[in-house]
Amino acid sequence: MAKATFKIWRGDISGGELQSYQTEISEGMVVLDAVLQIQGEQAGDLACRWNCKAGKCGSCSAEINGNPKLMCMTRLNTLPLENPVTVEPMKAFPLKKDLVTDVSWNYEVKKRIKKFKPRPPDAPAGTWRMFQEDIDRVQEFRKCIECYLCQDVCHVLRDHEMHEQFIGPRFLVYAAALEMHPLDTEDRLQDLKDESNIGLCNITKCCTKICPENITITDNAIIPLKERVVDEFYDPIKKFLRLFRRSPKKDNE
Amino acid sequence: MADYQTYEHDVLVIGAGGAGLRAAIEASASGVSVGLVCKSLLGKAHTVMAEGGMAAAMANVDDRDNWRVHFSDTMRGGQYVNNWRMAELHAKEAPDRVRELEAWGAVFDRTKDGRILQRNFGGHKYVTVVALLKDGDRVVGAFAYEREHGRFRIFKAKAVILATGGIGRAYKITSNSWEGTGDGHSLAFDAGAELIDMEFIQFHPTGMVYPPSVRGILVTEGVRGEGGILKNSEGRRFMFDDIPDNYKDQTADTPEEGWRYTQGDKNARRPPELLTRDHVARCIVREVKAGRGTPNGGVYLDIAWIKEKISKAPEHIKKKLPSMYHQFKQLADLDITEQPMEVGPTTHYIMGGIRVDADTQASTVPGLFAAGECAAGINGANRLGGNSLSDLLVFGKRAGEYAAKFAQENDFGQINNEQIEESAYWSLEAFDRTNGENPFQIQHDLQDMMQDLVGIVRNENEMQRALIGIEKLKERREKISLTGNIDFNPSWHTALDLHNLLNVSEAITLAAIERKESRGGQFREDYPAKVAEFGKINFTIKKGADGEMKIERVPIPEMPAELKQVIEEMG
Repeated sequence: MAKATFKIWRGDISGGELQSYQTEISEGMVVLDAVLQIQGEQAGDLACRWNCKAGKCGSCSAEINGNPKLMCMTRLNTLPLENPVTVEPMKAFPLKKDLVTDVSWNYEVKKRIKKFKPRPPDAPAGTWRMFQEDIDRVQEFRKCIECYLCQDVCHVLRDHEMHEQFIGPRFLVYAAALEMHPLDTEDRLQDLKDESNIGLCNITKCCTKICPENITITDNAIIPLKERVVDEFYDPIKKFLRLFRRSPKKDNE
Repeated sequence: MADYQTYEHDVLVIGAGGAGLRAAIEASASGVSVGLVCKSLLGKAHTVMAEGGMAAAMANVDDRDNWRVHFSDTMRGGQYVNNWRMAELHAKEAPDRVRELEAWGAVFDRTKDGRILQRNFGGHKYVTVVALLKDGDRVVGAFAYEREHGRFRIFKAKAVILATGGIGRAYKITSNSWEGTGDGHSLAFDAGAELIDMEFIQFHPTGMVYPPSVRGILVTEGVRGEGGILKNSEGRRFMFDDIPDNYKDQTADTPEEGWRYTQGDKNARRPPELLTRDHVARCIVREVKAGRGTPNGGVYLDIAWIKEKISKAPEHIKKKLPSMYHQFKQLADLDITEQPMEVGPTTHYIMGGIRVDADTQASTVPGLFAAGECAAGINGANRLGGNSLSDLLVFGKRAGEYAAKFAQENDFGQINNEQIEESAYWSLEAFDRTNGENPFQIQHDLQDMMQDLVGIVRNENEMQRALIGIEKLKERREKISLTGNIDFNPSWHTALDLHNLLNVSEAITLAAIERKESRGGQFREDYPAKVAEFGKINFTIKKGADGEMKIERVPIPEMPAELKQVIEEMG
């Protein structure tokens, strides 16, 4: 059976390097299979996260030959195996060990986004009526498996390290899912402008390109939110009218 | 007290899948402090993979008057060895639990629980529990190691809820992730609690079989629900050849009628592909054993054929089964709108688990509760598709409620320092050994053996061999040696998980040997018939005085007349 070479990042916050491993490959194998095989046979303490092995949990994000991907969905026959395959941890997050990064920043960001606030139930039994068209729009965003590859590839986070200012594509998608939820009554536009700094995104669409769930992040989530923010705060006519009001009035109040 | 960081919570929840999160929400709402620990990142547990199934359960339970139907279906599916009180509570409360999710913003959203979680909880930790701590008979906390740096942690708690899921990793072919190592089952057993129904394992009929590296990954029942049919290598639709007598009235007579059922015709009966999972799985095994399988040892599951029935079939399939379309396209280079899939049974779910009180989810050990897959009773000998997610919600909530009540009525217990030192020593000793075995190899051998000897079709002789094999593997486990240090070291984690896998494997095998009949998830080729006597009992397993596994028969309590009547009326 054929062998292939994998150069896997080994190390922790204090430093590390790519180490070479050779392992046998068989038909249909994905990168995660190779990494687990190397772990089982040669490197028992090689740390990596994985769960479902079917592209549904978003645990095994890594950079394969420099491309942010899920290891479990990257088949070896899509890679040029005559060269070593490099496998590295995501770069936009602090390293823990080997292929494992500290993604806890994402959980902190999520906490800051205003929660779902439904309108009062339509029926005494506590239920609502919603239309499928309204649900469909939100459903696309709910396909997100929180692999954070979009955060990893976003240059605002990856290159400019603006984790303090910018929430990243994942949480713009999350905010869009809430803002467009047919039952939600909360207003997040001020926060999107001032806290999340949605304006920092300059729609290069890298996030959309790498999303393993094929969510149209930029066009369907970020741009509509940007438009709402612009309508609310930068519309010249609204701005003029606001001069005559004591306090700004929200459309949905 | 040993020098380990210690946390105190009124209620400690172990496991952060659906049941654990629902329990934590409920306990937290009761005003007690709650700690939540899990092995993986929050939101990655198996619950998130079953979203399709929940929709099915909802349609099933959304009608308020429908609990009778749901109850009798659950009992029939479980072949009447279920805990009938759990089945009753589940059928009655599931609609409310599901509706509740909508008010929390979920359109079956994986973040539904996360959001609530972030609002209410003291915090969660990524640790693996190695032992439950006891004060006399009572559970008073847990001893754990933190995955990232391997440091030990002590959790003191007035009540502990186990919500650790399943045991699939005891088998070679499974739909379960690395996490399904029976931790809760094993922790409870080690703490003196009783397990029940451990012989009943659900082998899902349709897992992927090709390519080899994806063997076991689930192919949703939805494929068959949308009209997918099973065929052997001769092209025969073999499921029509073997329809059990008690399901004949509800099963289609012709392929035409089966097709109409999948398209929503209320006057049509379901195709035989949608018979109970244990039956479909066995039919597939039979075809393969008879030499009518596919080149890779499965059978064909064909959804592409529906192009004979509807126009734009490929678009329809992609819209209805997007996740399966992508799964096969990406992992198997196969377009399911054009070609049949190869499928075969995969270890999916264990009906057995920690014996609990139906109303409170309390185990037989004071202070210890359990919910979800690691608890047992509701499913009897076999679980119906869709019942798992509603089970998590109904009994997760109940576990949270009653654990909080227990915490309010009891003080913290005493932590036993000796037990902690013993556990710490036991956990680390493999690092001191050299030239020992690799834990991954032992796990691999166990999985092979359980697959071969205690799988879908069982017999006395093979299972006795498995018991001997398990003893040998236990001895090998004692000789593991580990390299590296305790920082995020998967070989160490695997070595510790192995103890749990060996415990559950032994319990499964013992119970499967004792149940000398075939029922639901248990099929014995040496006892192929159902035996009335066995329909009146469950098997429980408990730790004996010398640490050995003791198995006992317990009679199933008499069902109240009103529930009997429901079953009679519903047929």
